[in-house]
Amino acid sequence: MKIKKNIAISESGFIFNPTTGDSFSTNPIGFEIIHLLKEDKNKEEIKQTILSRYAVDESTFEKDFYDFSTLLQNSQIAEE
Amino acid sequence: MEKLRYERPVVKKLNTGMMNKFGTRTEYNPVTHIDGVSVKELIGQYGSPLFVISERTIRQTYQDCKRAFTNRYPRVQMAWSYKTNYINAVCNVFHQEGSWAEVVSGFEYNKALQNGVPGNKIIFNGPDKTDNDLKLAIDHNSLIHIDHLDELYRLMEITKEVNKRPRVAIRVNMDTGVYPMWDRFGFNYETGQAWDAINKIILNDQMDLVGLHCHIGTFMLTANAYAIAASKLADLAYHIHAKFNKKITYIDLGGGFASKNTLRGSYLQGNVSSPSFDDYAEAICSALLNAEYSKQELPLLILETGRALIDDAGSLCGTVLANKRLSDGRRATIMDFGVNILFTSFWYEHKLSPAQEFSHYTEDGVVYGPLCMNIDVIRENITLPPMKKGDNVVVHSVGAYNMTQWMQFIAMRPNVVMIDMDSKVHLIRNKETLEYINNIEEMPAYLKEFTLS
Ligand SMILES: Cc1ncc(COP(=O)(O)O)c(C=O)c1O
Repeated sequence: MKIKKNIAISESGFIFNPTTGDSFSTNPIGFEIIHLLKEDKNKEEIKQTILSRYAVDESTFEKDFYDFSTLLQNSQIAEE
Repeated sequence: MEKLRYERPVVKKLNTGMMNKFGTRTEYNPVTHIDGVSVKELIGQYGSPLFVISERTIRQTYQDCKRAFTNRYPRVQMAWSYKTNYINAVCNVFHQEGSWAEVVSGFEYNKALQNGVPGNKIIFNGPDKTDNDLKLAIDHNSLIHIDHLDELYRLMEITKEVNKRPRVAIRVNMDTGVYPMWDRFGFNYETGQAWDAINKIILNDQMDLVGLHCHIGTFMLTANAYAIAASKLADLAYHIHAKFNKKITYIDLGGGFASKNTLRGSYLQGNVSSPSFDDYAEAICSALLNAEYSKQELPLLILETGRALIDDAGSLCGTVLANKRLSDGRRATIMDFGVNILFTSFWYEHKLSPAQEFSHYTEDGVVYGPLCMNIDVIRENITLPPMKKGDNVVVHSVGAYNMTQWMQFIAMRPNVVMIDMDSKVHLIRNKETLEYINNIEEMPAYLKEFTLS
């Protein structure tokens, strides 16, 4: 999954899609994941980064990551 | 290195500058304590879900309400509406504050008696009073509020049998400009039914007509409806005196004051749109003081306020069971409490707060209960921070009607605790057990055994 090229992301977690005119906000961990996606990190690398930094178990994060990915695609922020 | 606190990643579309159907941002503060007691500890000790009653809030609300009226009118008596919450400990807080009891069944009547309320301070309302109930009420010199003609005739017969003069009032219904008009209880004012009943009672001369009662509806959003009701009852009282030289000693305006909850589908938050106690008191007391009462003594004003006195004092603490994503993209959170114990979800958009810290990010979604039923929706549209399985929430202002209308459906009813004035916690109703439920069932002998292949 990749973040679409034209998506603008501000340091405060504000996301803008110039194609649709939609704006979004995300929480700090969401922001971090979007950045990792922008750096072309794959799912496994992202998981390892998050697990090393946050107090969360693997299965919880996998569930949440799956959900978050769906949200990013539905919001047309990311694409396969 | 210590790891960072985890929160589920979310992304949310911004609707700039518009208030949306998910309401305003009122739920964005964690509520970790109730009256100084930690929600997590309460759940740890008493289980989840758990109803929590604040004695402090009951007393404060009661005193605010009482004061609004006594500041404006010299003779005011509250009567606790049992059906609103008849857990004995709750009733007794009201009784300690000076409330009489207002009941609508033999069951509630006996509850009040057993709580120690003297019979002559129990108001017996409602369309369903059995012969035994009526005899008991006559025996205890209670105030019997007659609801329909069949009851009036039955009461006349019983009165002859027991050879005592009961103290009675009639319930009057009337047009107060509010739709829908509640005309199924009592005798109608405009069509002359009320006068008809009054004539019968007085001419029959077996009972003392001491009061007039009405209950014009519930969650009344206009205080003025009470002014109309008070004027009409005062007018009746005046003319009863003029015609029969009988004094009506009290006017009972029932309940119906709105609580601060938000009605479902309403665009305004309840704390903005609901009249205050002062608004209601001003309407009622001015109407009574302006009535043609100067020549007589002012009648006692009785109020049977229910939900407005207890809603805020009750909270429901619960736990997130699961999260899922609906096909339309909305987030669904499943709680361990449903409409079985939170009946008022059908009326209110209950305010819900997470019981732990969270960042200020939020998601729009729906909150479901745990029942395997489509109707089990706690909030259709709500904005909440991301919560994970095991997180706790507090649902606010659930003190009225839930602990009486709750259903033993699919799950059993949970513990209820009261936090006292010193922040000490008391268990006031035990959660139900399988044994308790099975205790009242009977198994016919021939059904005791079966074999499954
Ligand atoms: C006769 C009577 N009195 C008082 C009440 C209490 O009403 P509320 O909770 O709306 O104040 C009710 C409730 O239906 C009632 O029927």
